[in-house]
Amino acid sequence: MTLRPFERIVAEYGAMVLRVCRAVLGPADAEDAWSETFLSALKAYPSLPADANVEAWLVTIAHRKAIDIVRVRKPIPVPVIPERATSPPAAGDGLWDAVKALPDKQRLSVAYHYLAGLPFKEVAAITGGSTDAARRAAADGIRTLRRTFQESSDEVP
Amino acid sequence: MKFPDVDPRTVTRLRDRLAAEADREGVLDIAYRTVDTPVGSLMLVATEQGLLRVVFEREGHEAVLEHIADVVSPRILQAAKRLDEPWRQLDEYFAGDRRRFELPLDLRLAKGFRRTVLDHLPDIAYGQTWSYAQVAAAAGSPRAVRAVGSACATNPIPIVVPCHRVVRSDGTYGEYVGSPENKVRLLTMEAA
Repeated sequence: MTLRPFERIVAEYGAMVLRVCRAVLGPADAEDAWSETFLSALKAYPSLPADANVEAWLVTIAHRKAIDIVRVRKPIPVPVIPERATSPPAAGDGLWDAVKALPDKQRLSVAYHYLAGLPFKEVAAITGGSTDAARRAAADGIRTLRRTFQESSDEVP
Repeated sequence: MKFPDVDPRTVTRLRDRLAAEADREGVLDIAYRTVDTPVGSLMLVATEQGLLRVVFEREGHEAVLEHIADVVSPRILQAAKRLDEPWRQLDEYFAGDRRRFELPLDLRLAKGFRRTVLDHLPDIAYGQTWSYAQVAAAAGSPRAVRAVGSACATNPIPIVVPCHRVVRSDGTYGEYVGSPENKVRLLTMEAA
């Protein structure tokens, strides 16, 4: 078995990785994270074993890139913006906002299990901790999302 | 509750951006694009050195890319920019405005005597034809007529390296990597 043209990898997994990046970082930073993930993957691609799990490989790279992006952004002092009444979430964006509000571990477990489709064993290998902890974090995260989303959609007729 | 789907156009836009960045960083080993021509859909493939393949539909574009991934590099992306100049010259050729290609070629896929044969093909002028035997003689092996045939049949850069100008000694056109009909089409166009 040999490696497929990298274009096929982008075609097959591009949308999945973008959804994961949106969940982990929010829509604003997602495209930069996507680009850095695939550029890094393209560089390493020739040495990827032909039988490797491509989803897990890409999500692992995306995870590291997301950490880099957050690390770079965090030290920048942000002026305090007076709190404003938030407008009702736009269709689609509301869920990303709700995902962003989850604790890190829950957000990552939801993204890597429900959006990337990785088994909890793989999720745990990326986020650290046990398989059970990853399963619990994903379940807690999804429960919160269901609740939040129910509430916010009740407000908007 | 359902996570919103990704617009496929967004992925296409990001793919184009990725290809441009990869090219700048020197990690886009293979770029390709597909174009519509009078001889059907052609896939143009280039390395950083030059044009590597011109692929007719009947060879199977995807199968050829898979082979290139195997023997050259799997770092392959669809990317228009590197193929802009080859496509411009081909377009001029099909419009009857170009008789000679001036492009850097990457002939690494042709080895040994086949490569020697290909090196001689650009000596056949636009609108002319040579027999397989004439090409064999020009390549320094007058008896290697069949080997010239297989060199033409496996020419990685047809049209640009004009194997369509090699015909049988009896004047019939013979086989062509891009189908015999397309050989007739190209030679008829050049004779006009």
